[in-house]
Amino acid sequence: MKAPSFGYARPESLAEALELLARHGERAKLLAGGQSLIPSLNLRLSSPALLIDLGNLSELEGIALQGKDLRIGALTRHRAIERSPVVAAHAPLLAQAAPHIAHVAIRNRGTFGGSLAMSDPAAEWPACCLALGASIVVASARGERRVQAERFFKALYATDLAPDEILVAAEIPAAAADSRSVFLELARRRGDYAIVGVAAQARRSKGRLQDVRLAFLGVAAVPLLARRAMAALEGGPCDAAAIAAAERALGDELEPMADLYHSAATKLHLARVLAGRALAALAA
Amino acid sequence: MEEFFETTITVNGTPVTRRVAARTHLVDFLREELGLTGSHTACEHGVCGACTVRVDGQILRGCLMLAVQANGRKVDTIEGLSDSGEIRDLQAAFHERNALQCGFCTPGVLMTAQELLRDRPEATRDEIREFMSGNLCRCTGYQAIIDSIEAVLIARRRTGRL
Repeated sequence: MKAPSFGYARPESLAEALELLARHGERAKLLAGGQSLIPSLNLRLSSPALLIDLGNLSELEGIALQGKDLRIGALTRHRAIERSPVVAAHAPLLAQAAPHIAHVAIRNRGTFGGSLAMSDPAAEWPACCLALGASIVVASARGERRVQAERFFKALYATDLAPDEILVAAEIPAAAADSRSVFLELARRRGDYAIVGVAAQARRSKGRLQDVRLAFLGVAAVPLLARRAMAALEGGPCDAAAIAAAERALGDELEPMADLYHSAATKLHLARVLAGRALAALAA
Repeated sequence: MEEFFETTITVNGTPVTRRVAARTHLVDFLREELGLTGSHTACEHGVCGACTVRVDGQILRGCLMLAVQANGRKVDTIEGLSDSGEIRDLQAAFHERNALQCGFCTPGVLMTAQELLRDRPEATRDEIREFMSGNLCRCTGYQAIIDSIEAVLIARRRTGRL
């Protein structure tokens, strides 16, 4: 279908975009890469009075190492993250996850910040930000604030963003020298929505895992940290017994929602399978 | 009331300026305003890949970009790639191997294949499949498409075009 009519504004600065957003509030939608918003307009699931196109705000695009953090601007394209040597060196989990996001033609256009603000439960970047302990940087006319990823994703398609706020970047602690990461996802075809996926990172020294982080996508309304499974692994050897204990723990903390094709039990089973594979890879 | 915005886009090397409604998708602008009907519209929500065009050198979905967003940018369509000879070998390989039947998906498939040939000269057969996963074809079963792209990849490597 074709999108309904809407007004259109293309601000030249973040300040101008914030001013427009403050003026129009929830009647306006921010347009970044448009790879989720434009389908929802085409399907007439959404009918904003005004689109505020952030496409000219080059200040929101880019990847930079700032002290101990990797800062990724909200308008950075998925494809730029996929191909960035800085990301591969300092946040390899993101480089591993990027190829799972839809298809090349969509990764060329979709943005990192757009995905975080959209907060789709099957999206890759929210789970990665959770696993990596990222801070989400948010701006409004009132100033800038930082929100931990764990407090940013609130409910289905709902985040901590206020109606007058724009997500401007995420700051991700750069990976330690002994850090390892794995991203795994199951989909019926490459590029389809994830049935279930896992973003995993841990530090490994002398055969033991520390700072274990396991974040799942596709199992709940929001990306989920598997705290019990993480605790089952923390500080110990990552052997078959530990992996089995972590897989068991998932049964106590994941309550997946069935989708059209997969029952809750199937999803839990698949989450355990992925966890087992991810942990074996971290330990290898 | 519908609002119109003056928009200048360089399409296949030629700058064009039109007043377009904000809601007009890039692919509809190309087809209806410029008569470039090689880019097709089918699903209109980013799933099928039939509307694939190149903007500033990178492929994207013509149904997931508004024409106003392409203001100041360079757009290449299948007509441009075909006329310039950029994909002559790829088109010949599709012809030889019968890599199309109805041809509806073919312009989008060729646009994506050309980006693969340009960006991933070392791609394996599996990687070709993965790269092409965003373009649906309901006729061929994909084998002949993958065969054609692989053959061109090998030929371009041999002749130093990659």
